[in-house]
Amino acid sequence: MEIKVFLAILLSTILINNYVLSRILGICPFLGVSKKLDSALGMGLAVIFVMTLTSFITHPIYKYVLVGYRITYLTIIVFILVIAAVVQLVEMVIRKISPVLHQSLGIFLPLITTNCAVLGVVLLNISSGFAKPNVSMGLLKSVVQGFGGGAGFTLALLIMAGIRERLEIADVPENLKGVPITFITAGLLALAFYGFSGMKI
Amino acid sequence: MNYWKEFAKGIWKRNPQLIVGLGFCPTLAISTSISNAFWMTVGVTFVLMGSNILVSLIRRIAPSHLRIPIYITIIAAFVTIVDLSLKAYQPAVYKSLGIFIPLIVVNCIILGRAEEFAQRNPILPSLLDGAGMGIGFGLTLFVLSFFREILGSNKLFGFTLIPGMEPAAVMILAPGAFFTLAFMLWGMNAVNSRKRNR
Repeated sequence: MEIKVFLAILLSTILINNYVLSRILGICPFLGVSKKLDSALGMGLAVIFVMTLTSFITHPIYKYVLVGYRITYLTIIVFILVIAAVVQLVEMVIRKISPVLHQSLGIFLPLITTNCAVLGVVLLNISSGFAKPNVSMGLLKSVVQGFGGGAGFTLALLIMAGIRERLEIADVPENLKGVPITFITAGLLALAFYGFSGMKI
Repeated sequence: MNYWKEFAKGIWKRNPQLIVGLGFCPTLAISTSISNAFWMTVGVTFVLMGSNILVSLIRRIAPSHLRIPIYITIIAAFVTIVDLSLKAYQPAVYKSLGIFIPLIVVNCIILGRAEEFAQRNPILPSLLDGAGMGIGFGLTLFVLSFFREILGSNKLFGFTLIPGMEPAAVMILAPGAFFTLAFMLWGMNAVNSRKRNR
């Protein structure tokens, strides 16, 4: 029974409500880092990691500190500072533990602080009601939603990077080169992903 | 210093979305109707002006290695003001803008202006710069939402245009947002390249 709920959250965040192509979050890195497949993969992994971790951390902070002390009006400030701190911490830990991983993920980590998909997922965790006192396994649901959001972002980024590598050699009209053709591609992808909205879980 | 120039550059020459390429997320997601676009512009302009003034005020005392967290906290405070005021006075708008109000915090335009302009300039130019950038942001948003509202929901300013016609719902959804912005950027490039060739 419970397993089904988590599967539904995963499917919904990865395919049906894909963060990039359906909710339109995280467009800046989607445009900026989708030129090559390997850098897209690095960015995607970093985003999955940070989203899962921030979902895990912000859940108890909201439930026990912000709601507990009735200071929910500070939510935005607290969340953005938590994200910035987590990103900074992750960067330091990775640099210490695995220099190889740091070399491949390092340059993407500072960019993640201003990735609106990360702040978006922690805010959506709250508005989905996972932090309400009567919801069972809310923490796990938040973490799954965070992971799913990151995975959906990575999926969109990888598809886009694959297409853009081909677009390099295609004959694109002069004025469409660069960002406009990328947006048209993204629109076609979004149309394709729109097909998933008929899925019933 | 030419004050008019500081104000006007955000509108066309350094337009945040069309030329600099920042702040696409709210632009695409919010441009489903003109009323959404209007309130988003009000919010972003308020935050931009407020954060530009404060950043410019503290530009001599803020330690440079701590400046980004300081700026983000300032911006988040102004966004909280917008969030709470809209919730109190415009609940319908608050509901339809959803999480994109708190997400003004991570709108790169605002942090970008603080970094690029406000921390190097006195208060008045920073204020004008913020206002101009906000209006430039709003104009792009207005054009986008104008087309999307007509095509996607058969309405303009909330009034039905052709009674009984079924609108193309895809224009209200994400694909329509991507296509409309792509065509807008295309037109922009065409105008600019014609200017260059002349």
